[in-house]
Amino acid sequence: MGRGTTAEVSLPRPGLTLIGALSVVLVGLAFGAVMIGPYGLTPGQVLSALLGQGDSQAQIVVWNIRLPRVGAALLVGAALAAAGATYQALFRNPLVSPDILGVSAGAGLGAVAGIFLSLPVAAIQGAAFVGGMAAVGVVMLVGTMVRQTDRTLTLVLIGVVIGALAGAATSLLKVMADPYDQLPAITFWLLGSLASITTRDILPALPMVLVGLIPLALLRWRINVLSLGDEEARALGIEAGRTRFIVIAAATLITASVTALAGVVGWVGLVIPHIARMLVGPGFGRLLPASALIGAGYLLIVDTLARSLAAVEVPLGVLTAVIGAPFFVWLLARGRRGWS
Amino acid sequence: MLEARDLSIGHGHVLISTGLDLTIAPGEILCLLGPNGCGKTTLFRTLLGLLPALGGTVLLNGQPITAMTRARIARAIAYVPQAHAPPFPFEVLEVVLMGRTARLGPFAQPGKADRAAAVDALRQLGIQDLAHRDYSRLSGGQRQLVLIARALAQEAGLIVMDEPTASLDFGNRVQVLAQVERLARSAATQGRGVILSTHDPDQAFALNARVLLLHGGGVLADGVAADVLTESNLSAVYGLPVTVETTSSGRKVCLPSPGQSAPSMTSEALKTA
Repeated sequence: MGRGTTAEVSLPRPGLTLIGALSVVLVGLAFGAVMIGPYGLTPGQVLSALLGQGDSQAQIVVWNIRLPRVGAALLVGAALAAAGATYQALFRNPLVSPDILGVSAGAGLGAVAGIFLSLPVAAIQGAAFVGGMAAVGVVMLVGTMVRQTDRTLTLVLIGVVIGALAGAATSLLKVMADPYDQLPAITFWLLGSLASITTRDILPALPMVLVGLIPLALLRWRINVLSLGDEEARALGIEAGRTRFIVIAAATLITASVTALAGVVGWVGLVIPHIARMLVGPGFGRLLPASALIGAGYLLIVDTLARSLAAVEVPLGVLTAVIGAPFFVWLLARGRRGWS
Repeated sequence: MLEARDLSIGHGHVLISTGLDLTIAPGEILCLLGPNGCGKTTLFRTLLGLLPALGGTVLLNGQPITAMTRARIARAIAYVPQAHAPPFPFEVLEVVLMGRTARLGPFAQPGKADRAAAVDALRQLGIQDLAHRDYSRLSGGQRQLVLIARALAQEAGLIVMDEPTASLDFGNRVQVLAQVERLARSAATQGRGVILSTHDPDQAFALNARVLLLHGGGVLADGVAADVLTESNLSAVYGLPVTVETTSSGRKVCLPSPGQSAPSMTSEALKTA
């Protein structure tokens, strides 16, 4: 592309227009997903139900069953993809997923412990959230105690260690759990699912995701600079340690909130930021909204498939893995750089 | 104005060099020469406040650098690392804009003025055509120029360059050196102070720079290139006989002494190689 050398150079990558287009597509997808299900609805029925008119059965289906589920899929997909984009920028590696610091392993342990103790659903979700936050907290704490020059790599390695420990504890609980009652629930939770989700489940997660997104949106320029590495970011005028701490805390809050809601849904946070980056470039100011929008749409499609493909629900994590794994291999084959 | 007094540098408890004194003012070029492992990069990191000094002080405009925020240091000193490949395909203009970070509030985005400064920096180096290219796909020489442009956009009075000509071809090396000289000596750039490290003593001659010759855990000599880069000093530092000759155009160049093919390395040179 032969571009001029004039003074007024604006960034040529499609930015706001594309993000606007993605939003429109997303609304369309959501509308379609509300129509699909065992009790099929016409567009007209959905519209009137949304406006609180029409037959009462359609209203119940739309408001009590479809909308919570569609909303949860949008929220979880957007959150995981946004967190993934953040972690990839922070850890300077496009092959990083949001659970790199052990948030999924910790949340899994929390939820499994909750199921093992036969806690109510809300308490299981709470335990998952606390477990996810605690795992990353421990990683950060140990990270400050280990004196290493490469802070990022140190954190990643400690994340692997803590994740493995949490995984071992989870396995122990699975062995001890009641095989007829608790074990299926545990297995289902660890594969991720949005079945049986209600508005009451979504309400606590939504504000936490929003609270986590605020610092990411505000610090979007600094996150770009951090992706050059600690030393260079500091030389460019950023207090790298403090900024990284805030960003990790925010991304972890987002991930833990939706993992508590939906269980462990892998691959979204790894794969979606790539697609977003291909569309809008690596600049975090555009990458964050693009990732969130594409992630929301992606998980909505996958979840709609999960609940309509077969008579039995297919676990979300299974579908995202089936789609994500080949994509990941394709990315590797394209030869992008790994750890720099 | 950057000043180091009786500085000791190293990592953790490992001391690399001691008794370093240096000052650098606007319009000056200070050239750091010394064998591999003598601590050039460590000295840079210490001067930039990225690494704590093991002794002595670094003063920026008379104040200890340890008491300053990163943003304040970055507004005074720009750092040009060796050309690298970032993990993401940022545009050249975005990379240069990152030089503006220290002048932005914590939550701010680069605005029109920042963009103008970035474009101006690219233009000063004659690489405005690269503005929308993918930085990660540029050649090493182009990347080095982009990083220098980023330092210009930072509008700092001092620029620290870590081996700016390492791994560049002959043409790019000449071009980068010309830019270094222009940065310090041209009125258009308001005469910045430049500290650079190099493995090529000829560059110090070409730049007519002040030279700090590092050797054996301290400073061997400090002064104008012509005074410091003598045959005996260079021979001592690099562990092999060196001849300094004057070309017909009056420039000085360093050569290994004739008849000294494949000199055996001293044990000390081997240790630090």
